[in-house]
Amino acid sequence: MNFKHKYVFLFPGLFVLIGILIFPIIFTIRLSLSGWNSYTPEMNFIGITNYIRLFTDDPRFWESFFRLSFLSVSTVILQYIIGFALALMVWREIKFKRFFRVIFLIPMMTTPVIMTVIWRTFFHESLGPVNDLLGNIGIDPILWLSDPVIAKFTVIIVEVWQWTPFMFLLLLAGLLSLPKEPFLAAAIDGASSFRKFVYVTFPLMAPISIGAIIIRLIEASKIMDTVFVLTSGGPGTATETSSFYIYIKGLREFQMGYAATLSFTYLVIMIISLTIIAKVLTKLMIKE
Amino acid sequence: MEKLYKFLKYTFIILWTVFIVAPFLWAVSTSFKDFQSVNSKVTYIPWLDFEPTLEGWRVLVKSPARGGVDIVEPYFNSIFVTCTASLISIILGTLAAYALSRFTFKAGFVRNNDITFFFISQRIMPPIVLSIPFFIFLSTIGLLDSLLGLVVVYIVLLMPIAVWIMVDFFNRVPKELDETALIDGCNPYQAFYKVVLPNSIPGLIVAGMFCIIFGWIDFFFAFILTFTEVQLLPVKVVALNSSITPWWSLSASALISVAPLIIVAFVVERYLSKGNLSGALK
Repeated sequence: MNFKHKYVFLFPGLFVLIGILIFPIIFTIRLSLSGWNSYTPEMNFIGITNYIRLFTDDPRFWESFFRLSFLSVSTVILQYIIGFALALMVWREIKFKRFFRVIFLIPMMTTPVIMTVIWRTFFHESLGPVNDLLGNIGIDPILWLSDPVIAKFTVIIVEVWQWTPFMFLLLLAGLLSLPKEPFLAAAIDGASSFRKFVYVTFPLMAPISIGAIIIRLIEASKIMDTVFVLTSGGPGTATETSSFYIYIKGLREFQMGYAATLSFTYLVIMIISLTIIAKVLTKLMIKE
Repeated sequence: MEKLYKFLKYTFIILWTVFIVAPFLWAVSTSFKDFQSVNSKVTYIPWLDFEPTLEGWRVLVKSPARGGVDIVEPYFNSIFVTCTASLISIILGTLAAYALSRFTFKAGFVRNNDITFFFISQRIMPPIVLSIPFFIFLSTIGLLDSLLGLVVVYIVLLMPIAVWIMVDFFNRVPKELDETALIDGCNPYQAFYKVVLPNSIPGLIVAGMFCIIFGWIDFFFAFILTFTEVQLLPVKVVALNSSITPWWSLSASALISVAPLIIVAFVVERYLSKGNLSGALK
């Protein structure tokens, strides 16, 4: 094919994306070297002072980062296990197959913040149905939103509800695209369903699984909507994630310069760690 | 053994279904309550536990001046922003995906996969990282608090999704298809438009649905980049979530906001069952 045509296809999209993003990225880097805050709202140059502050004097950011890692990794693992189980269950013939498939997909179609508003009333400690129903069977009210440990699990429950369908969708689409021959061969050999899963289904699904896990990790690392509405990072800082901490620094305390430093550092860490996770997963799950 | 497995399977499916449906049922019930039935004790079933009223729903169409919430305008704003941004993203994303799937690009150490990764990697950025510079960027060009400004921002959000789905999809459309068209005397654009595109409808629909979902459910950009002139639906609903929350109108507005996309679940399922989706999602 002619040499030039390919650029006509690629460039509009590429340049629109770069055009929209170039300013924010350069601006963030420049801003991170300034001391812009509510007292001096100007683009002065203070070198790497902000970065020194971040690496030597800001445990709260690193705590929020580890909290984020814990929350996103644990939700994605749960989503993967449950999503895979559900996908396997409605993969082959089962009664009301299509009905269950639709039901399992619904949460990902709903707006996270809006559903979280509902979840907040759902988990309300005195007026919500969960504690009321638990009370009926004699369990004391649980502090879903005001206990620092339990609040983390409440966030996980809501995230799993919201996003397991996405995992389910990717994995079910993968299962439905698998070739039939390996399963026939296994059936002829008389393999049990368990062995079929371990030796046929799971290895065939490995590339799809890795893709799905990485995509979900990327999305999960942005946990923000849920936390914002459900707990506002609280109680204290118990559910504060990196995004939320950056939000507080930047748009509540107006330390724009420092918030940009946090943003840029966060991005670098995320890109590096996601690349490593992708490599490790590939090594673990795909064997010769 | 087989029986036990079957029993466990159905138990799990039913428990999960209950878990998924529970917040919806709660919201439906709450939307018909009044102050008394929300705040005295926990109530569930209308008529039996409490006297249902339509107040929560009526408030939604009243203007704010008369004590209402008025979600009609935010509703149309949301539809407009989501659809416009999705359409632009799909067009640009599909063209780029076609290029990345059919031609080889080389620039220094950059190859096709790197360009694809560049597109997709934009999803890594959390909204907060982008929203501060976007805030300043949009206020400089005067698009802060406007529909157009949001569309621009949402393109960044949605184009990666379109590229991700369409590259995979085009990789599965046989190359012979375009080659035959070229031999028959089409130029590359005609080959793309007349032959490849009509064969990519399932992929386009899936990509379109994903763009619409991820556009519709965004909250944070709309929250930071708009104030009073323009309001999107999620922002409007969350604004109801103040300290003295009117749970009834909150539930009613929540239900009416998530309703349109639930139809998408049926469409996705249909494509899934027909086997069209498997090619489009890897």
